[in-house]
Parts: sequence; structure tokens; C-alpha cells
Amino acid sequence: MKLFTYKQADGVDEAIKAASTKTISKFIGGGTNLVDLMRENIEQPDTVIDVTHLPLTDVEELEDGSIKIGSLVRNSHLAANKIIREKFPVLSQAILNGASGQLRNMATTGGNIMQRTRCYYFYDETACCNKRNPGSGCDAIDGYNRIHAILGTSFTCIATHPSDMCVAMAMLGAKIIVEGKNGEREIAFTDFHKLPGDTPNIETVLQQGELITSVVIPPQDFTKNSLYRKVRDRASYAFALVSVAAALEVENGSIKNVRIALGGVAHKPWRAFKAENYLMNKEVTEENFMLAAEEELKDAKGFEHNSFKIGLAKRTMVSVLKELV
Amino acid sequence: MDSIIGKPIDRKDGPLKVTGKAMYAAEWNIPNLAYGITIQSTITKGHINNIDTSAAEKLKGVLGVMTYKNAMQLHTLSGSDPSSGKFAEKDLLPFQSERIFYNGQHIAVVIAETFEVAEHAASLIKVTYNEEKPVFDINQPEAKIYQPQQGLGGTQVQVKRGDAEQGMSNASTKIEQTYNTPVYHHNPMEPHATSAVWNGDTLTVYDATQSVFGNKNAISTMLGIAPDKVRLISPFIGGGFGSKGFMWANSILAPMAAKFINRPVKIVLERTGQMFTCAGRRSFTIQKINLGTDNGGKLTSVKHETTSETSFVDEFVEPAGVATKMIYATPNLDITQNIVRLNKGTPCPTRAPGEAVGTYAFEVAMDELAEKLNIDPVQLRLINYAEKNPDDGHRFSSKNLKECYEKGAQSIGWSNRNIKPGSTKEGNFLVGYGMATATYPANRSKATVRLKLYQEGNAVAACCTQDIGTGTYTVMAQVMSDALGLPIDKVEFKLGDTIYPQGPNSGGSQTMATTGPAVRAAALTVKSKVIKLAVADKKSPLYNQTEDAISVDEGKLFVTSDNLKGETYSQILTRAKMPLVETEITTNVSTRETQKSESNPTTKQGGEQGGQGQQSGGQQGGSKDESKDNPFVKQDQDLDRSNVAFHSFGAQFVKVLVDPLTCMIKVDKVVSIMDVGQILNEKTAKSQIMGGAIFGIGMALMEGSVYDENTGRIVTRDLADYLVPVHADMPTFDVQFTNVKDEFISPVGARGAGEIGITGITAAIANAIYNATGKRVRDLPITPDKLIV
Ligand SMILES: Cc1cc2nc3c(=O)[nH]c(=O)nc-3n(C[C@H](O)[C@H](O)[C@H](O)COP(=O)(O)OP(=O)(O)OC[C@H]3O[C@@H](n4cnc5c(N)ncnc54)[C@H](O)[C@@H]3O)c2cc1C
Ligand code: SF4
Repeated sequence: MKLFTYKQADGVDEAIKAASTKTISKFIGGGTNLVDLMRENIEQPDTVIDVTHLPLTDVEELEDGSIKIGSLVRNSHLAANKIIREKFPVLSQAILNGASGQLRNMATTGGNIMQRTRCYYFYDETACCNKRNPGSGCDAIDGYNRIHAILGTSFTCIATHPSDMCVAMAMLGAKIIVEGKNGEREIAFTDFHKLPGDTPNIETVLQQGELITSVVIPPQDFTKNSLYRKVRDRASYAFALVSVAAALEVENGSIKNVRIALGGVAHKPWRAFKAENYLMNKEVTEENFMLAAEEELKDAKGFEHNSFKIGLAKRTMVSVLKELV
Repeated sequence: MDSIIGKPIDRKDGPLKVTGKAMYAAEWNIPNLAYGITIQSTITKGHINNIDTSAAEKLKGVLGVMTYKNAMQLHTLSGSDPSSGKFAEKDLLPFQSERIFYNGQHIAVVIAETFEVAEHAASLIKVTYNEEKPVFDINQPEAKIYQPQQGLGGTQVQVKRGDAEQGMSNASTKIEQTYNTPVYHHNPMEPHATSAVWNGDTLTVYDATQSVFGNKNAISTMLGIAPDKVRLISPFIGGGFGSKGFMWANSILAPMAAKFINRPVKIVLERTGQMFTCAGRRSFTIQKINLGTDNGGKLTSVKHETTSETSFVDEFVEPAGVATKMIYATPNLDITQNIVRLNKGTPCPTRAPGEAVGTYAFEVAMDELAEKLNIDPVQLRLINYAEKNPDDGHRFSSKNLKECYEKGAQSIGWSNRNIKPGSTKEGNFLVGYGMATATYPANRSKATVRLKLYQEGNAVAACCTQDIGTGTYTVMAQVMSDALGLPIDKVEFKLGDTIYPQGPNSGGSQTMATTGPAVRAAALTVKSKVIKLAVADKKSPLYNQTEDAISVDEGKLFVTSDNLKGETYSQILTRAKMPLVETEITTNVSTRETQKSESNPTTKQGGEQGGQGQQSGGQQGGSKDESKDNPFVKQDQDLDRSNVAFHSFGAQFVKVLVDPLTCMIKVDKVVSIMDVGQILNEKTAKSQIMGGAIFGIGMALMEGSVYDENTGRIVTRDLADYLVPVHADMPTFDVQFTNVKDEFISPVGARGAGEIGITGITAAIANAIYNATGKRVRDLPITPDKLIV
């Protein structure tokens, strides 16, 4: 670990100001990801800005029925929140499917969104990794890539975004509110994380110095009927091989509303727009669910150890949709 | 008198552990302690060109950087017996040359005032290498496969009986399959750790080890100092699972570093990386099995060929065929072992070395055979039941395996099993049942115990063996309590320190079976001494009684036929003005096939079994060994064991549920029925067997280390990537024991109840998954992806 300066910010402005310098700075929320990476010399910030004292710890219902979640709401609080459990049970399920109780007690909403990939080679200082060290190559493409992406990969990087919470957020059509020295802006959840392209080191549209202040979930009734399913190698405390968040509304045997997002398959939480479009107004049958899944995964590309994810993603989509009927 | 033997009493050391008072190797509060951090090679084969330590050495708080350039010279230790000291990599004494044999090999120790400074300094060290082309994969053309002579402790690994080829051609039903198991890492909760303190020319080492005596010997030999200059202390061990059976570099690097900076030094291996490269592992295995039977399902021939890996700096064989030679009756047998040298660290014993992976492959093969024969899997095992040890024709000391099958089948609901796989559902899940046989040798060796009974009415026994989390402290206290007739809170058993007389290392599930009889004999000896005092003392109510007319309970000695006539230990010793009565006893019985003839008195004349104090080994001398002509030792050692085979058995039954779409597997219930002799403590014994089943779940469903195909470096290098079972994976456990006292193993009657728990279980799970899904995965672990294709 490199030596660094620690600063505690007491207000949003102070945090933004502290981060808007030339040296490398990092906000720290729960620290469950950042500290690990610093210990392994992967992240080497000069300054660490503690944002846990900022007044961004509430979950509130806005006038229009949207739910605003402060970026410092801990994962365990968010999962246990009554409004969330009633209106968006899928979000609660997704969070509870992630990490462990201890980690969720520490992890913050903002930190969860910004957490970095679990690619083995990204974590190993001695490996070649374009994300960590642009232009150095990617040891995962020809190496062990069982946990890697099948959608939206590039020749430079095939890593996934590992969050469970974000899959539910993307499905729910949430918006991320960020604040920087030029003021506040609002970013659709599905636009926030980027595909790797030629710059896998740039993971989100967040600018240096910008702070995530909250996440807003728009009102919608049909997402009450929603479900999160995570397929993994053990029953708890493992990242998703594939996960699916979905919500479904059926009227007279046909699909009136549907939302689907996938986790563990791409560099970002993957909203399955193609499958959603395919299913709209279609009859509720297992066959249609499978056809929709196939539509979504038409362009999927497997690597030596992860091709199974293509079939698994389809099966998991079908399994979740079936259960929502 | 309600015997304490078998009672599920709580661990005596439980309160110490949960309050943090139990001291582990890295936790001793040592004045002036410095922190050592080791650095590992990042190449897989070659030479260090240079290590530039200058930036690190300049850092404030750094006390020194030890490398091959400045480390002291070590002496070779070539022994291969962990009980007397086995350094894991005999041809790679740390820091003696610039050669690199594997990725992750220790190359430097940075020593600093604090852990943080040491860690930062470690990141400033620059190493350059001359790389050579490594061989780290068995499929590389350079990989050379050969047949080893023998396994650890002289185990036979190439075994032929009858004519396997002929037997196979006479068979009417045959199967041939190959099974693969990956590399496993032990991952004990407590990482390997050593603190070393020099005081002049004497050395105290606090170490995490399954062989306290062995490590003391190894350290003194390697440093080139007399054994009595080294004291090793290891009262608590946070699990080892075999990884702490051999001695690894940290145990010698800490004393070297302490000498180097002339201050006490502590070295703890890091969980990330280091615990996956410098602390052993289980080799992968490739196991080819051929089975042939007659029409009735009787085995006519068995072939089991295993290939495993070792390093370039030592030879360790994972002998997967070891149980195959005795598990069922067959006239023709061919067990072959191959091994390949790779640029990886040296493997070592891991949770039932050989048996765990061997019974997986073999018992799945039996399941495949049962299906082909259209015979119930339990029935197939009964058809091939071995009444005598097929290996040498000897009787078993005690074998009640039929009862295990019966009880297991009943407890799991075997009659619900549909013989047609993939055809039964419970709710949304496919359901399947599977079973397998468990077996493990019943090992016993030599132990010396010193026991003191004090005037205050309490007793303390000591033996330098280990409690690796298994319950030695508690169970030995129960043996003392029973033999002395003292309440459990008046007895104490001490271990884990070389000032005590030598006991067994903790490997091969032998600690309890070996130490128990010595503790018993010592306790009975002391009791007899006190009785002799009493019956000779006119003032005693026991005066003039014969010794065998007297019983003891709750510390009171009384005439068995008249329990009002008696007095306490305390009263007798007080009157005799004796502060204590003591003894030192050695029992030496080997049940291992390879060593039986060397130590057993019946096959060799009288011999040195009395011990005569020559091996008490402790620095404080203590009392003289009183084993010679001791009736309790004689009763044990004079038993003719020459035609007796010592093995434990059991039956594992499993129910699994599989999601037909996502293929996630849930082990729903595990039934383990174990035949391990007399149970000394039902609670600790059950915990051992349950632990074995959990290991089995790990092996079956998730565990396995992966090495990078291009560099040979470990990929799954922390506990986020190397998965072990968690609470949510736990099934319902039903552990039962036949609890039949083994009259041959020892007067205590208990065989080890440890590693047997992990045998058979992986196969039972795999067989249940097949029964649920109709898919036979022969490549562990059975993850969802393998069921989808
Ligand atoms: C062993 C293990 C298992 C895990 N398993 C799972 C799992 O199964 N599923 C899952 O989803 N997750 C899992 N996680 C990841 C866990 O969810 C994340 O570590 C956690 O959500 C990160 O939150 P944090 O507040 O601790 O972030 P920190 O570590 O504090 O920060 C992470 C990143 O976010 C940035 N950041 C923090 N707050 C803000 C903000 N307000 N604005 C802008 N940037 C910010 C930081 O600068 C840093 O770059 C696991 C983690 C571990 C260690
Ligand atoms: S997949 Fe991405 S994160 Fe992983 S090694 Fe390649 S570039 Fe790095």
C-alpha cells in the first residue's frame, strides 16, 4: 500500500472541492472495495476523501411518487427499507443476494455503483491488464475467463461489472444524480456505466471530482411483481455467474409490461431491451420467453471458459419470467 | 457411576477461544517484536538476476531485508516422517540460492518495526529475473511422467493382486471411466504463522503446526543447533487440514530473521496469494478406473490408475488408489500410481490424502457399475462386502459396515430413490439420492504421557501432541477423568509444548487413538500407586483390602462392595505427606501395515516398547519412564495384533435438489453413519464427521484452484475466488455412530474419528446429482455450467 492523505468531508461542496485537484483522489464510502484494491497496490490514490459523514443517508418518497436514495445509504439499510420492500422488492432481493451481511453493513449505494470488476487479472499486480494499465494487454482473453463477459466485450477487455444491486436499478429505470463543480446532473442508470471499447480504464461517465449524491427510482406500479435470481457456485457470498432482474405485468394472457436486466454478463448492468421489445403484447408462453431470451443473446460471444453463460442467461431469464406469471 | 466416556461435553478450551485468551502462533505478546513480510517470485522458473532492496532499506522503521545474498546457511533435512520432522521441500531450503522453481516461491523477508512499514517496504523492492521456460501443465510435452516407488511413510502405491487383465477378460460386465479432481488448497482459518525469539543460543518458536515435536527437530537440524536448544510452543492451532503437517518455510525464516536483526520476529503468511503458494495443496488427480464383474455383480477385477503432480524440489504422491486395495473383496487388482514433476510448490497431505479423492472416483465408478448391472447401489456393495481385509487376508479389528448401510438407507429414505435418473421432482426441483462407502485406516503410534495427581485432589497430564481444533484437550481429559475416577473439572490435559514428553503428530487421524491409551495407562498407574499407599496404611479405611476390590468415583476411593468404606485421594496423600504422585508412561503400538512389524512386541521380541525414558525428549527430564513391566502397558502392548487389520468404515447417504433450469444444486440432507470404535465424546466426534461432510460438499460443488495456462501463476488466489462452503450451503446433517468398542486397537477402544468423514461423501453427492439429473459429471467440481451442456 502506498502512503496517502486522508480527508474527511463534512459537506457535499467540501467533498467536491477536495476531489477537484490535480492529484489522484478517491472518495471512500464503506471502503469494502477501495481498501482491498489499495492493499493490493491496484488503486494508488494520493488523497482519500471520506464521504460517510455527508447528509446523504436517507431514503425518501418525493411528491411525484419517486423514491430518492441518498448515495450513503448502506446496502443493508436499503434492503431493509420498508418503502423499497413494498414498492421494489426486486431491489431488496438483489442487494441481499450480494456479498455478506458484514459487507452490506459497510457498503454504500454510491460505492456499490462504483465498485470495480472482480477480474482475477485486474486484481493481480503482476498480470497484464488494459483496465489497470492501458495498452499493456489483457491476460483474461487468453487466460482463465470463466467469470467474464459475453455481451458488449471488446478486444481490449472482457471484464464484467459485478454488482447485484445495479442490475435491479437498471431494470427499474433508475437515474443517478451526480454533483460536481459545475453543478448537478442526472444520468440514466443504463447510460452511467460504459462498455469497455478501447478505453476499459474509463468505466463510467462520472467526471473526476463528481460525486454521486443520490439515485432516484421513478414511480411505477407493475414493478411490484418483480424478481431477482442469481446463479452462482455456492448458495451465498459469491458473485453471479449470471443474474436476472425482471418485472412483468400480464393482462388477459398477454404481456402488458415487461422489464428485464442481466448481471454477470457485461461491463455494465445489462438492460435487455431487445427481449423486452420482443415480448411486448405477446402471449405468455414459455416458448415466447425463450425466443425473447434468444433475441437478447443473439450477439453474445463466449470465450474459452465462459460460453456456458450464453445458455445459462437464457435459462435464467425463462426461469424468472415463468415465476412472475 | 455414569461413565464420562462418550458424553457430549463441551470443549474445555471453548471459553478460552471465544474470549480470545487462546493464544495462536501470531498472537503472543512478545516484547520488542519485529514484523516480517515475505516477498514471492513472480516468475515460474529461472534465476533471480538481482534484488534491489536499497529503497526499502532506506525507509524509516525498516530493520533489514533478508535474501539469498545475506541469509545464514542452512543444513539439509532429508527425513520424510512428519512425526520426527519433515521440511516440505527438501531440495529448496529457503534463501540458499537464486534459483526459482515455482511462481510464488519466497525470495525475501522484509523486517520492520510495524506491519504497515514492512508492507510498504515490500512494495519498494525491485527484482529482476533470468526466466527459463517452465513446465507447469501435465499436457506440456516437456512434462515427464514416472512411477514413484512409494508414498509418504512407505505406503505402497503400486499394488498388484492376482491377474487384473485376466480378471477383466473373464468379466461379463465392465466399466471404464476417467475421473478428474482439481488442485485443492487447505485454507485453514489460521494462516501459517511463526514467531521466533532467541535468548543467547537458545531459541523459542511459537509456531502453527500439526507436528510440534517434528518442527522442533526440523528447525534445530536446519539451523545446525542441538535439539535441546529449541523449544517449540503451539497450544492452539486454527486448523491445518494437513497443511501444517509438514514444515513450511515460514517456520525457519522467522528464526533466521530473528537472528539476522537480533530481535524477535514474527512472520504470518498473507491470505491472498501466499496461502496459495507457500503452504502446500492437494495435487490434482486423473484417475482411470476399470471394474469387471460376473453376472451376479461380484467384482472379478479392479484397476485404478492415478496420475498426480509433485514439484522439482520434493516428491509427494497423492495416492488415490490407497483405499481401493481394501474397500471391497476382489481376487484381481492393479493399482498404479504415476506422477509428474511441475514448476509448482510441493503438494502435501490434505484432508485424507489419497482416500478423499480416491473414494470419490472409485465410489462413483461403483455407482456407474450398479446402474449397468441394474443392481441397487447398496446391494452391489453388500455383494462385494469384504469380511476380511482383502489386502492381506487378516481379520478386521472391528467392522460393522453392514449396520452402517442399513441405518443410512433408513435414515435418508433410500426407498424413495427412483432408479430412473432425472425423473423425480419435489416442487420445482429435481430430486436425487446417492450413497457411497467411507473408509480410512485406524492409525496408532507411540506416545509418552507424564501424569501428576496432586494432594489437592486434581490431576494434570502432559504430552507433546496437538489439538488442531479437533478436541484433544477435552477428550483426553475425559479419558483421565474416567481412569482416575475424578470429576472432569479436576483434570487437565496439557499439550503443544516440547517441554512435555513426546506424543504423536496430528496426521492420519491418529492423535486420540495414540495418546488416549498412554493417558489411560498413566492414570491407572497413578491410581494404583495411591491405592497401594492406602491399603498398606493402617489409618486408612481401605487398609488391608486387595487392590482390585477398590473403585474410585468423584475422587473418592471405596470398597466396591461397601461404598461407605473409603476416603479421597486428598486424604490419602495428605496423611502420607505427599504433595503429589506421578508417573511417566509410554505406549507404543503401530497399526500401520508398513510399520506394524517394526514396533509391535508380538512380532518382534519385547523390544524397546517400554521406552525406558530414552525418548522422553522433554527438556525438563521429569519423572523416569515407568512403562517397563507396567501391567496397564503390558495389557495393551502384549495383545497379538499381527493378524489384525485396522480400518474404520462408514456409509454416506445424500439427498440433493437441483433446479432444472439454472442447474443450481442444493445438498438437502447428509446422513453419515460411522463405525469408528468407541466414541469418547459424541459432540466432538459428530463435529469431526460433519466437518468432513462440509469438505465433501466443497469438493463436490465448488472447490478447486486454477492456474493460469500461460504463466503457471495461481489465478484463484484469495477466498473470494477460491470458494468453500458457507452456511447457506449447509444441508441437514444426521451423524450416527455404531459405537462398538474396538478391543484390538487399544484398551480405550477408540479409533480416530477425523478424516473418515471426508471419504465417500463427495461420491455420494455426485451420485445423488446423477440420480437427480441423469447427467454424470466426472470432472470436479460439479458447477451449474457442467450440468447445462
Ligand atoms: C468478498 C466480497 C464479496 C462481494 N460480493 C458481492 C456480491 O456478491 N454482489 C455484489 O453486488 N457485490 C459484492 N461485493 C462488492 C460490494 O458490494 C462492494 O464492495 C460495495 O458495494 C462497495 O461499496 P463501498 O461503499 O464499500 O465502496 P468503497 O470501497 O468505499 O468505494 C468503491 C468505489 O466507489 C467510489 N465511491 C464511493 N462512494 C462514492 C460516491 N458517493 N460518489 C462517487 N464515487 C464513490 C470510491 O471512490 C471507490 O472507487 C463483494 C465484496 C467483497 C469484498
Ligand atoms: S478483462 Fe479487463 S480487467 Fe480483466 S485483465 Fe482484461 S483488461 Fe484487465
